[in-house]
Amino acid sequence: MEKIYLAIAFTPLIGAIIAGFWGAQVGRAGAHWVTSVGVGISAFLSIIVLLGFITGHREAFNGSVYIWMISDGITFEVGFLVDTLTAMMMAVVTFVSFCVHIYTIGYMAHDEENWPAGSKAGINSYQRFFSYISLFTFSMLLLVMSNNFLQLFFGWEAVGLVSYLLIGFWSNRETAIFANMKAFLVNRVGDFGFLLGIAAVAMYFNTVDYAEVFAKAPELANTQIQIWGDTSWSLMTVICILLFVGAMGKSAQVPLHVWLPDSMEGPTPISALIHAATMVTAGIFMVARMSPLYELSETALSFILIIGATTAFFTGLIGLVQNDIKRVVAYSTLSQLGYMTVALGASAYAAGIFHLMTHAFFKALLFLAAGSVIIAMHHEQDMRKMGGLKKYMPITYWTSLIGSLALIGLPGFSGFFSKDSIIEAVHHSQIPGAGYAYLMVILGVFVTALYSFRMFFMVFHGKERMHEHTKHHLRESPRVVTVPLVMLAIPSVLIGGMTVSGVVFGDWFKDVIYVAPAHEVLKEIGFHSTIGFFFHGLFALPTLLAAAGVGVAYMIYMKNPEIADKIKSAASPLYTLLDKKYFFDELYQTVFAGGSRWLGKVLWKVGDQALIDGLIVNGSARSVGFLAGVIRQIQTGYLYHYAFAMILGLLLLLALFVN
Amino acid sequence: MTADWPILSLTIWLPIIGGALLLAIGDRCSNASRWMALATAILTFVISISLYCGFDSSTAQMQFVERAPWIPVFNVEYYLGVDGISMPLIILTTFITIFVVIAGWEVIQYKPAMYMAAFLIMEGVMVGVFAALDAMLFYVFWETMLIPMFLIIGIWGGPNRVYATIKFFLYTFFGSVFMLVALIYMYFQSGSMEILAFHELKLGLTEQIFIFIAFLLAFAVKVPMWPVHTWLPDAHVEAPTGGSVILAAIMLKIGGYGFLRFSMPIAPDASQELDWLIIGMSLIAVVYIGFVALVQQDMKKLIAYSSIAHMGFVTLGFFIVFQIAANSDASGGAILGIEGGMVQMVSHGFISAAMFLCVGVLYDRMHSRQISDYGGVIHTMPVFGGFMVFFAMANAGLPGTSGFVGEFMVILASFRANFWFAFLAATTLIVGAAYTLWMVKRVIFGKVVNDKVHSLQDINRREFIVLGSLAVAVLVLGLWPAPLIEVMDASVVSLLEHIKVSKL
Repeated sequence: MEKIYLAIAFTPLIGAIIAGFWGAQVGRAGAHWVTSVGVGISAFLSIIVLLGFITGHREAFNGSVYIWMISDGITFEVGFLVDTLTAMMMAVVTFVSFCVHIYTIGYMAHDEENWPAGSKAGINSYQRFFSYISLFTFSMLLLVMSNNFLQLFFGWEAVGLVSYLLIGFWSNRETAIFANMKAFLVNRVGDFGFLLGIAAVAMYFNTVDYAEVFAKAPELANTQIQIWGDTSWSLMTVICILLFVGAMGKSAQVPLHVWLPDSMEGPTPISALIHAATMVTAGIFMVARMSPLYELSETALSFILIIGATTAFFTGLIGLVQNDIKRVVAYSTLSQLGYMTVALGASAYAAGIFHLMTHAFFKALLFLAAGSVIIAMHHEQDMRKMGGLKKYMPITYWTSLIGSLALIGLPGFSGFFSKDSIIEAVHHSQIPGAGYAYLMVILGVFVTALYSFRMFFMVFHGKERMHEHTKHHLRESPRVVTVPLVMLAIPSVLIGGMTVSGVVFGDWFKDVIYVAPAHEVLKEIGFHSTIGFFFHGLFALPTLLAAAGVGVAYMIYMKNPEIADKIKSAASPLYTLLDKKYFFDELYQTVFAGGSRWLGKVLWKVGDQALIDGLIVNGSARSVGFLAGVIRQIQTGYLYHYAFAMILGLLLLLALFVN
Repeated sequence: MTADWPILSLTIWLPIIGGALLLAIGDRCSNASRWMALATAILTFVISISLYCGFDSSTAQMQFVERAPWIPVFNVEYYLGVDGISMPLIILTTFITIFVVIAGWEVIQYKPAMYMAAFLIMEGVMVGVFAALDAMLFYVFWETMLIPMFLIIGIWGGPNRVYATIKFFLYTFFGSVFMLVALIYMYFQSGSMEILAFHELKLGLTEQIFIFIAFLLAFAVKVPMWPVHTWLPDAHVEAPTGGSVILAAIMLKIGGYGFLRFSMPIAPDASQELDWLIIGMSLIAVVYIGFVALVQQDMKKLIAYSSIAHMGFVTLGFFIVFQIAANSDASGGAILGIEGGMVQMVSHGFISAAMFLCVGVLYDRMHSRQISDYGGVIHTMPVFGGFMVFFAMANAGLPGTSGFVGEFMVILASFRANFWFAFLAATTLIVGAAYTLWMVKRVIFGKVVNDKVHSLQDINRREFIVLGSLAVAVLVLGLWPAPLIEVMDASVVSLLEHIKVSKL
């Protein structure tokens, strides 16, 4: 075992343990120092590892840490697989996490105000928060560094746990503790599929180790299994779809996306770290990691493509009607996750991972900028009460502009390279559903630009709609908040152009991601140079659509604010549909939550209490009692009754024996 | 050194004698009797640890064997021994008893010496059940076990305790009578009361089916399996905290142990014939009971139902073995199923004990088990809240806790038997999380709902030790189950080889 990998994974854990268990002893400063330094070391070492891979000094590593158990000939272990894909994920996770740690020092500085008076849970809440985000970093590293399905599931559930704890961090808020339970349960629906997928792998491959499974996959490519009746299913399709159900939960794909907008109840730093940059991309990472399996099932790829495309477009639409600043960013995240999923479905795994990386930077940036606005606004999140913040918050303004431009894919910015690669890849894809997906992602570009700049204009430009009191206190956030914004703004601009030729179109993922010869869409794009790609994209359809989106946003929200209301009343049913998020929440609440409670009541009252207890258990007790009561009637105590019975018996016996 | 000492006898009789002494001393000096009970429990645990240390995990043979004639006329012996299946359960028993003693320290003010004595005697008898290799001895321990539990619920129980004790007693007694008949029948067939001799006894299919059903009645009630489970929620609700802990953590396991020690090896062909019945009952337990747990208003009832659902995994893991054997295209999985069921038993011992102790902590302060009386406990009891959330997560089978290991193994194994078994079993991922976390949400989180919650005091050092030790146990087993799997492996493999051979 190379010690550097152990150090990367475990320093955040050590910080989390110290800040969590000894928060009162180390104090607030101690807690943020120990966790930030821990994650800082981890980020530093991750970047060294990444540089090692870039320069070619470092080889892929695959080794075991310890054996979890051996049963039935299957070895389950905890171990690390570090290759270019992992190294990239590690660097992104630890870097964003480090920025978020610093930002949190400012954002949570007055957290005691968020707790009711006298709450003991609020005493060390600051330390606890740092402990959780460090624990999250550890869990996420466990997930991406895993070399087997078991540890993948460990990390998968551990990030879910920390997400649960953090969404419900302000545990006195009803909405927060509803949202965290909802997030956990919806994720569990995904995990249900995921675990069955792992079980299928373990059953047919007799191992849970990635390398062994991938090596054996071609052999089993044509295996058919029977699940229901005599219809046979391709084993690979079953495994891939089951695993993807897990990704749908974690990466919030329709119809398991409902938890992500609600997760905004958590403090903003975790929205940036967990619900935008890292945890929600775990599903994308997982599918890319499993590319040797997914490439064997076109059905699964097609399924992924359609789910991703649907998510990309339709959740973006909801973003148009949101007024809560964080929820706009949340729907934008959903939509972007859809783009990544589309890339996976089109077998453009490298483009998906590339978008994952650029998105991690600019979306974390947008969330943290939104948080900066929220601090300035005294925890007001309604954009209708903002406006004109540009002059009060210059750093937040400019970094937000950079984040928004990167998001809509302005040529030259990171988002441009990643999103255009995806759109081009889908364009060349031959997988069933690719036409639909292409339409969705291309329309999505317009929607993205529209909601992004709607938000941008509503927040930073136009009339100042806030209270006088709030306006009086408006000022730029402290440096612990703005420095992370700048740290994230730099890669949001630069990283795409710097790396697109190597990561997406080069051989960065050569031995890591497998693409079947028939699916090599990225090669068909005909990439020659970054500059060429840039100019090609400059006047292409997506750029024009993005520009149109910004233009429409400008017309509506800067020039002529009445238009928005007119459209709203003209397209009232559509508006209601979007405002109610296609009624998913209502449907799930009634059918699943209500249905389960109803079923539980019926089974309990009718099954357990009436049938088993009432009829059988107490029923037999009553019958014994009743029978005893009947028989008791015979024992009258009258001599002549007994004498009569004796004579009757005697006669019967005589009749029996004499004959 | 260990070889020279009768470790098993010590583990059985030390707590029983300690309990008898406590009874003799009575409540004259209740503090001394508490310390004496604790010392006995710890000493017993330490002695039982030598079973683990001296255990040879490479063999499936019975170890630490003690053998002496008891009733020579009927060939009945005092015959003790352990293998990899019973040894972990014995250590679980001695481990949990310590916490039961500590948990009852201040809470039990009415006849404390008698209370402690009942639990110590209970401990010895339960160890006896796991260690007995003579069927008569087993039966004696098995029935004796009912008496202390009957008294514990009947004396220190809640308002409706009479109904609960009678239901508990009749239910379990009803089951065990049939088992006695089966044991006597086999005695006449084999001329011996040795359980291991029963394993080798040739039996026809009809005989096997009758014997299997007789055992099933006894063990299914104990586990408890659907539909003979309704005594458990009532017993739990009325039992004092310690009673609930022993009931959930150990007594239920005796049913599961019975399947492995009696039903499967004695009647392998009948087990094969009737496996659908057990699998069906187990899956119903997992799914049906999960939904029932969701709507419970009483915390103890909720955890009791959750216990039934979790025990469903144990019986499922044991009996899918026969389906896997029938599946020609499957290459293994039987070992995973049985070991998964075993791990689930040990893990459930920790987690259910911890969950009942958590409810006990709240009950001692508020005298209510109704979920609706609580809310916002985290604001007044943050340390306790942390423990409760941790154990709830373990109950929901979070990886890294012991609750995950068994369920994971059984789901993996049942996939080899039939996709739909795995499918139904895996629904626990959703339903189990739903009922546990919904309870946590309503009890622990939220705003402080009333003055009683407002004035709650966080756990004291004694309660911290109890919950902390169990949390460590849950974590260790979850992060490193290898040692537990290792000790049982040889025994499980040999059991599987045995049941593969038809007796017909």
